[in-house]
Amino acid sequence: MSCDVAAEPIPGLTPAHGRSAAGFGAAQGISVGALTKAYGAQVILDRIDLDIAPGELLALLGPSGSGKTTLLRLLAGLDSASGGAIRLGGEDAAGLSVQERRVGFVFQSYALFRHMTVFDNIAYGLAVRPRRLRPSKAAIAARVSELLDMMQLPGFEKRFPSQLSGGQRQRVALARALAIAPRVLLLDEPFGALDAKVRKDLRKWLRDIHDRTGLTTVFVTHDQAEAMEVADRVAILNGGRIEQIGAPGEIRERPATAFVRAFLD
Amino acid sequence: MSESATSNLAPTPRAAAPVADEAAPARWTLIAVTVGFLGLFLLAPLLVVAVEASRKGWDGYCSALADPDARAAILLTLLVAAIVVPLNTAFGLSAAWAISKFQFRGKAMLTTLIDLPFSVSPVVSGLVFVLLFGAQGLFGTWLAAHGIQIIFAVPGIVLATLFVTFPFVAREVTPLMQAQGTAEEEAALTLGASGITVFRTVTLPNVKWALLTGVLLTNARSMGEFGAVSVVSGHIRGLTNTIPLQVEILYNEYSITAAFTLASLLACLAVVTLGLETLFERRGGGAQNVL
Repeated sequence: MSCDVAAEPIPGLTPAHGRSAAGFGAAQGISVGALTKAYGAQVILDRIDLDIAPGELLALLGPSGSGKTTLLRLLAGLDSASGGAIRLGGEDAAGLSVQERRVGFVFQSYALFRHMTVFDNIAYGLAVRPRRLRPSKAAIAARVSELLDMMQLPGFEKRFPSQLSGGQRQRVALARALAIAPRVLLLDEPFGALDAKVRKDLRKWLRDIHDRTGLTTVFVTHDQAEAMEVADRVAILNGGRIEQIGAPGEIRERPATAFVRAFLD
Repeated sequence: MSESATSNLAPTPRAAAPVADEAAPARWTLIAVTVGFLGLFLLAPLLVVAVEASRKGWDGYCSALADPDARAAILLTLLVAAIVVPLNTAFGLSAAWAISKFQFRGKAMLTTLIDLPFSVSPVVSGLVFVLLFGAQGLFGTWLAAHGIQIIFAVPGIVLATLFVTFPFVAREVTPLMQAQGTAEEEAALTLGASGITVFRTVTLPNVKWALLTGVLLTNARSMGEFGAVSVVSGHIRGLTNTIPLQVEILYNEYSITAAFTLASLLACLAVVTLGLETLFERRGGGAQNVL
């Protein structure tokens, strides 16, 4: 599984103009059927059905405790489901370990490696590959440099995470996730830890990154304005179930349930 | 939020100044008491050790160290430390990892158990091993039948030292690991790293300085432990005496200079340990602060 990934040359990130796929290969869809997660009697996710089209940008929106982060972690393979199925690009993910799923995951607190430089953080996913699958040092350096340009962080290679602002850490975390040419991109509250002004700027930027990479992207948020502005479609979760899923305009015009109506107000 | 913070902070410097003035006598008294105490109970003994050890000059010092029994004690102490320190580093790391990165039943109990060697008198710790492995002990008959000697032999000394020094690494590393959480490890997994690679490249470097401090303390204690080792050792000269036991024997025989000569080795170990510990904590603390 990881062999065919590494056999191909690392996709070069050509300076993207407009909507090019920027070397990330064909986008892969995500399909979730009757996905359930329970801890004993406590049901976190209750038979979730969800189809995400290749290249789509989907927001998982809901109050805290609605199960949206759990859903994201199940997709990544960081937690195991109690029942149901996940398919990544048509492949059953049940037998795939978190490493084999090769998802790009951006954590809420970024989870940058605090003892590594920005360069080593971004290079990590390539540097830890087994020797025969590992790109050359020069190829890794080129990849890191391209990603830093894409993130508008040129020259930041030698900084440590502690020397970066919140927005910069966020972008390094995204660069690190993109470095492995992930099949899909998953972001947990990507703007959660940032102040309001930065959040607004980054919305447009996330949309832009999505359009340039062409990756199927799922992000979790509790901020309805954020979800409505950025996403192609929004799935509204409540109590472990999807209350409604659709394009932002559609949801705004025809809220399916009382909960959705109340949540959007 | 920011408004309330500034309004809280603004008056503080003004309020702090008079308090500091009034506190000056108290401050100097406290500093004097602390320095006096440290001088009397920590520095004076070190000086006494140095003075007593050098009483018969450099030749006397060397000949005391050249004594076969002293040599044997030094070698045994090094051997015990060489076995105990790596084992307890591994045990301590596993315990810290289990406690801080996983959720399981009985975790609170495990945390308490790790501290047990600190709360039990070392003599009792030694006695436990005698009751388990001694001639009259639980496994005594079986061990005797198979010709294995643990008590009054090196294995007993190693076991007792292992027990007494178990908490050091775990106690240094666990709080740090807990504070750091598991997000970085999870990130490394999603990037394709194997469990071992994650440990080597993320978990271990993040606790490096705390781990080194724990190793250092384990080493110091395993070389200096008296009580538990005294119970299981049997005090056989040249065979089961570690440095602290040999010091006691020499002292009881009025070989004062020889006793202090050996003791000076332990004193040096203590000074070096403290120096390195300060260095490690500064490095580790520095890394923390940058976070």
